[in-house]
Amino acid sequence: MRSRWLKIGAGLTVAGLALAGCSSDSGSSSESSPAAPEASAFAGPVGEGEGQLSVLAWPGYAEDGSTDPAIDWVTPFEEQTGCQVDVKTFGTSNEAFDLFKKGGYDVVSASGDASLRLVYGDLVQPVNTSLVPNYADIFPGLKDKQWNTVDGVNYGIPHGRGANLLLYNMEAQTEEPTSWKDMWEADSPLAGKVAPYDDAIYIADAAVYLMATQPDLGITNPYSLDQTQFDAAIALLEQQKPLVGEYWADYAKQANGLATGSIVQGQGWQLTANTANADDELVGATKPTEGATGWSDTWMVAKDTANVNCSYLWLDYIVSPEVNAQIAEYFGEAPANEKSCALTENEDHCAQFHADTEDYWTNVYYWTTPTEQCLDGRTDVTCVPYKDWVASWTSLRSS
Amino acid sequence: MSSVASSPVRRWQGYLHRHGGMRIAGLLALPMSWLVLLYILPLAMLFVTAFWTTDSFTGELVRAFTTENFQRLFTDPAYITVALRTLGVAVAVTLVCLVLAVPISLFMARVASPRWQPLLIALMLTPLWASYLVKVYAWRVIFSPEGGVLESTFGFSPGFGWVAVVVVLTYLWLPYMILPVYVGMQNVPQSLLDASADLGASSAKTFRRVLLPMVFPSLVAGSIFTFSLSLGDYITVQLVGGKAQMLGNVVYQSFSTDLPFAAAVASMTVIIMIGYLTAVRRTGALDNL
Repeated sequence: MRSRWLKIGAGLTVAGLALAGCSSDSGSSSESSPAAPEASAFAGPVGEGEGQLSVLAWPGYAEDGSTDPAIDWVTPFEEQTGCQVDVKTFGTSNEAFDLFKKGGYDVVSASGDASLRLVYGDLVQPVNTSLVPNYADIFPGLKDKQWNTVDGVNYGIPHGRGANLLLYNMEAQTEEPTSWKDMWEADSPLAGKVAPYDDAIYIADAAVYLMATQPDLGITNPYSLDQTQFDAAIALLEQQKPLVGEYWADYAKQANGLATGSIVQGQGWQLTANTANADDELVGATKPTEGATGWSDTWMVAKDTANVNCSYLWLDYIVSPEVNAQIAEYFGEAPANEKSCALTENEDHCAQFHADTEDYWTNVYYWTTPTEQCLDGRTDVTCVPYKDWVASWTSLRSS
Repeated sequence: MSSVASSPVRRWQGYLHRHGGMRIAGLLALPMSWLVLLYILPLAMLFVTAFWTTDSFTGELVRAFTTENFQRLFTDPAYITVALRTLGVAVAVTLVCLVLAVPISLFMARVASPRWQPLLIALMLTPLWASYLVKVYAWRVIFSPEGGVLESTFGFSPGFGWVAVVVVLTYLWLPYMILPVYVGMQNVPQSLLDASADLGASSAKTFRRVLLPMVFPSLVAGSIFTFSLSLGDYITVQLVGGKAQMLGNVVYQSFSTDLPFAAAVASMTVIIMIGYLTAVRRTGALDNL
């Protein structure tokens, strides 16, 4: 009996290795430094819609009434343009990237840690902003940024932004914290009560803190770290580990921890604080003096879309003042369109989310995909690419 | 008569009658293709993928043979630690389940009156009626170190961590241990227990020398369930494990950016499971199931 098991095992192994060997010829080379793929934008003019559009979006970005009958800006779009919209939502940037890579979607709302991968993966086409009239009213602070523009070519329309804030339990901390230090320093009084974000991109938060506390490292962009800078960030995360009560990936879980006080400080979203404060003012949110990471989302168009007219109609519609205001309020973020601020139901929405105070965003570092080619313009060193961020994060979390 | 004998169906039947091998092949074709297509082939593909790599930027699969994933797995102490911890959790959950399941099954099978047995089985299966997530979130409320049920009732809670993980996994998988053990206990003939008592053995001795050896295969069957289910779990540990992490979480974190590495980690659980099944086979328990 045993020998037969062995034979089966050996057979599988041989078959497996043979398969692995065979296909090595067809593999493309892996380590070449990414070059912006050649592609041209739609020349226009935007004509009649093709009658259909497939949308891949963060939840809350393309609501068609299926979550809540009162929350619906997709149906008016369908009525105006005749483009029947099919919405698919995703939970993380990685999921979005995987789904989009498989194909079948015309437009996607990509965060900065997915957008460059989409561009270099040759999955999206440049966007001709002159065909999107509402682009003129987008806050200048969101235009022509690293995560939506490559070599001066625009690859999408900015949608909205937010900062990853310091959230704190107001009962345990009566005074608003002004620094991230209690989440990082070894002598923190909050040992066991800290909740960082459970994702490789959180390494950038360590880099943001290092920018303020260890200027000698010379970090200017937390997504552009050479090996020395990266190692310092990982060392800081190792130092943080004993302080951590829980890492969070589910914002409802973090809201619950912060509200009960099992977590005193955490990095998170305004939406999380709002959720925790549904009944009572329990959780405060602030952006410490060191600055913070954040996200700025971009609507992008699939390279091989068959519905280019509907796609452009959608891009313009989704950042139109009325719709952008609805989304920003529903999701809890700063809108991209300046004119949205006059149209939000809560008159102070733009002030609360700092949509029109450009100073607020100067030390907010939006999620960007780290690449080997340093994003801060250095050419004498190579930077640590995203794949290695994930590998180091996984290893850190496992140790 | 002759027309019936020459009909295609009859001829086919005759052919099968004469060729036993073909008969068996025909009968097994469907289940075997299920087994091969849905179980063996994916495992083989998983194993093959583990030897590939990805483009460092786009995360796209590059089909070039490399052992780098396994090298990383076996040289980074973090992954060895997480594998050993996962193994430890699976063993602990299995042991606790065994300790709990034996007396419960013994009571259900041999002490409770037959009238009560169906009710007891139904009660024992109730944890399987509710959604996995609902149950684990409920445990989160119980274990919460601030204002949790344990903390507010007894003034003490172990908080989120390995203890909570083992307790919750034990709760989740206990029915899978009790069911086979209960059936095993029920199948032991009463006459053997009576004979043991007649020959002067105490209850404890009868339990140890007669009952336990006879239900051993059932214990092993149950342990395969609890062990393999605990080994692959990654959601419970996310919700009640605090910052703890198991092999499944490593797979979850890596699969979208680095599928080959995730496959290498996943093969690790397969290897552990093969090791466990081989060990179990040595005891001979599988032959008596």
